[in-house]
Amino acid sequence: MNSVIDSMMKIFGSLGTGNSALGLVLAVVIAGLVVFTIMAVMAIVAVYFERKVSAFMQDRIGPMEVGIFGFKGGKQFWGGIGQTLADTVKLLVKEDILPKEADKKLMIMAPFIIFIASFLTFIGVPLSDGLVVSDFNIGVFYIMAAGSIGVIGIILAGWSSNNKWSLYGALRSAAQIISYEIPIGLSLMLVVIVVGSLNFGDIVAWQADHRWFFIHSPFAFIAFIIYVIAGVAETNRTPFDIPEAESELVAGWMTEYSGFRWSIFFMSEYANVLIISIIASIIFLGGWLSPLAIFGVHVSWLEGPLWGLFWIFSKAVFFVFVMMWFRWTFPRLRVDQLMYFCWKVLIPFALANLIFISVWELIF
Amino acid sequence: MEFNQIIELFEIRCPGCVTVVEGQQALTVQAEKWPEVAKILSEDPDLTFDSLMCLTGYDKGTGDALGVAYNFHSMSKLHKLEIRIEVPRESAEIPSVANIWRAADWHEREVYDLFGITFTGHPDLKRILLPDDWEGYPLRKDYETPDYYHGMPIPKDKTGWE
Amino acid sequence: MAEQLKDFSLLHSDEMILNMGPQHPSTHGVLRLKIHTDGEIVSRIEPIIGYLHRCFEKHCEFLTYEQIVPFTDRTDYLAAMNMNDAYALAVEKLLEIEIPERVQYIRVIMAELQRIASHLVAVGTFGLDVGGITPFTWTIRDRERILDLFEYVCGARLLYNYIWVGGVSHDLPEKFIRRTLEFLDYFEPQIEEYNQILTYNKIFIERTADVGTLTPEVAINYGCTGPVLRGSGVKWDLRKTEPYAVYDKFDFDIAVGDGRMGTVGDTWDRYFVRIIEMKESVKILRQALAQIPDGDVHAAVPKKVRIKEGSVYSRYESARGEVGFYIIAGGKDKPMRVKMRSPAFCNLSVLSEIAEGWMISDVIAILGSLDIVLGEIDR
Repeated sequence: MNSVIDSMMKIFGSLGTGNSALGLVLAVVIAGLVVFTIMAVMAIVAVYFERKVSAFMQDRIGPMEVGIFGFKGGKQFWGGIGQTLADTVKLLVKEDILPKEADKKLMIMAPFIIFIASFLTFIGVPLSDGLVVSDFNIGVFYIMAAGSIGVIGIILAGWSSNNKWSLYGALRSAAQIISYEIPIGLSLMLVVIVVGSLNFGDIVAWQADHRWFFIHSPFAFIAFIIYVIAGVAETNRTPFDIPEAESELVAGWMTEYSGFRWSIFFMSEYANVLIISIIASIIFLGGWLSPLAIFGVHVSWLEGPLWGLFWIFSKAVFFVFVMMWFRWTFPRLRVDQLMYFCWKVLIPFALANLIFISVWELIF
Repeated sequence: MEFNQIIELFEIRCPGCVTVVEGQQALTVQAEKWPEVAKILSEDPDLTFDSLMCLTGYDKGTGDALGVAYNFHSMSKLHKLEIRIEVPRESAEIPSVANIWRAADWHEREVYDLFGITFTGHPDLKRILLPDDWEGYPLRKDYETPDYYHGMPIPKDKTGWE
Repeated sequence: MAEQLKDFSLLHSDEMILNMGPQHPSTHGVLRLKIHTDGEIVSRIEPIIGYLHRCFEKHCEFLTYEQIVPFTDRTDYLAAMNMNDAYALAVEKLLEIEIPERVQYIRVIMAELQRIASHLVAVGTFGLDVGGITPFTWTIRDRERILDLFEYVCGARLLYNYIWVGGVSHDLPEKFIRRTLEFLDYFEPQIEEYNQILTYNKIFIERTADVGTLTPEVAINYGCTGPVLRGSGVKWDLRKTEPYAVYDKFDFDIAVGDGRMGTVGDTWDRYFVRIIEMKESVKILRQALAQIPDGDVHAAVPKKVRIKEGSVYSRYESARGEVGFYIIAGGKDKPMRVKMRSPAFCNLSVLSEIAEGWMISDVIAILGSLDIVLGEIDR
């Protein structure tokens, strides 16, 4: 497989600079900027999308009517686009408050740690065939590892704010994220056992040869369900938004943050939602394969890197929509029910799944 | 149970405890007899006043008596009774009934807050609506608004609402 | 430092005191709860009120009887019609005047519409308290329609000053009855939608069933009334047990909690009583709109209210429970003392009894099910 970095290195090499170290630095910087831009744009688009979804579900008026330059839109696509722009500007120009008693160094650091975690994760996520910043041969493992750095930032944010609500939110969040990483890891292990590789490219290639993983076997389907549920919990979204729980903990670990720092949290939350969705579509729904592949039909002009980007994003957006659908439908669980659900329901099922899929692989 | 029967019952159970307020369906009780009367009210099988609907402090402004009116109701017997207790302004003390009717807990605090009547035996008698360090008891007729509260002038211009 | 760490008392876990409020999203106003927590478990709750104290009772002593009506609006601002009605009822008892039948019907219609509006806020904000946002926007959307009706009748949307001593300020507008019937036709199916998104949601039931059980004995002892008392299974509704106005002419049931999802008197029951009550209110409204007679609404309004010495305690079933007005008249045009027995005041006092020992999230849910309005508690 080839990655974006590799291709860029090749291009720089052919330009005849000859200095491979400089080429590497250039390639890394460019790739980093591109990923950052994608994350920022995705956050804005996701906020807009979330607003529209909620507006349709809740009969909200604002996201339908707030226009810009005279475009109102109503229930059409661009209705309410002005609100997103206004929101972005508001977040960027808002006063940045650091409480007097807060641990300022840590408080400034925390958003960046969280952001770096989702940024690092993004590096390993392929967006299409070959369209990945760095193609790790341990891709699944790398994403699990990089994603769990974020919890450190959350604990730091909660602790350094010197606010009891933040502390509660941080502790809840740490417990929740660490717990729900286990079912996620266990359900991803299934595909690793079947495919025999941790590389995303290999996983998709296997699905192209055989079938999409979520219909591979009943156990794979169960793993798919477990992954989606745990993924929602991993991103702290309703019904698992216990760390934020705005009716209980004001805003959880984000209580004392405002303005730009807060928008970094926001950005990484939406980036995480997108990452979870993209991984779900890669692992379980055939990644960049066209939906026709599910019937074994391969249409050549529906394949290729650009079409792959389209397919993977369609699948991911569907998952994002499902997450938003959850959010605007369900109430919130209580913290002990959340833990119960993870340790006594999801993890036993995931473990049993792992054993059964091994047996299944031995038999078939 | 009718009002007359309640009076008759009290004449048997506790002679001299209650007197009837003229022209009204209410009884007056001496403050020192109040715990005894309250016990009868709540425990007598014919009365069973299990609900304290309302507890009102009042200051008629004439004489130097402060008063408390208790409105009782029985959920099982469906009868009502009003009890009034009047105490002198200088030593305003009434035994608390918060341990019989928990509803009296906050209501007694409110009366203490606004009238300065002390309810002896109340589990946690402190101001409830006003700040803890407020001076005076505003609903007494002889109350005069202080000029300052924590250095903040208190507006006394009454033209807006009076 | 190392020396200090040997002292294990430093590792001793202590209770943490949380000040929930006066600024907090779920205290429904400016209530402050001083919560002693041991981890997530709440060991002691001390409600601290008074942040919205506006001296209602003191003001009343300086106002004439008619001038007090707009002040009653401001006590329970989510059920202002009920408050107007309760106060008017008390003064009319002192005045001993007969109210025209049309006025009685209008008051019943207004009170029931207001009850639905108030319960809609209660149901919606309770949804918010347990984390569902959509129920809130739906109920607020439907409440707007009721406010439109009120605006059509008296020009105001929140604080009406509509029900006067002896009558109402305006007669009903021409198309009011038709518009109200249209609203009822629209509204009845909506209740099923609330049930689908919130009432029978599995997570919602998990959160509320068996949580914060209030037994009937405790409820009566604490003076709880209204949906809180009925949620505990006590069949007590002043509209039925001590009918005032023309409530004895209507056919409706008292909604009581039956422990359908857990024990009788749990948070779910208290919530569900409000849903049933909205249906019952729709029933009453349909009957009242069909029966309303013609007449002059100002016939009994006195020119100047001047009451001879005496006192009255009058009870009224508002959306939150029993509103009592204890009025001592001093023979002038101003009352000597007006005490408002606020239902939420008593309902809130039971919070520490039922919520201690539960988790922070449960405290929020239990508080939401009590449906308090701070304007009325602090007065």
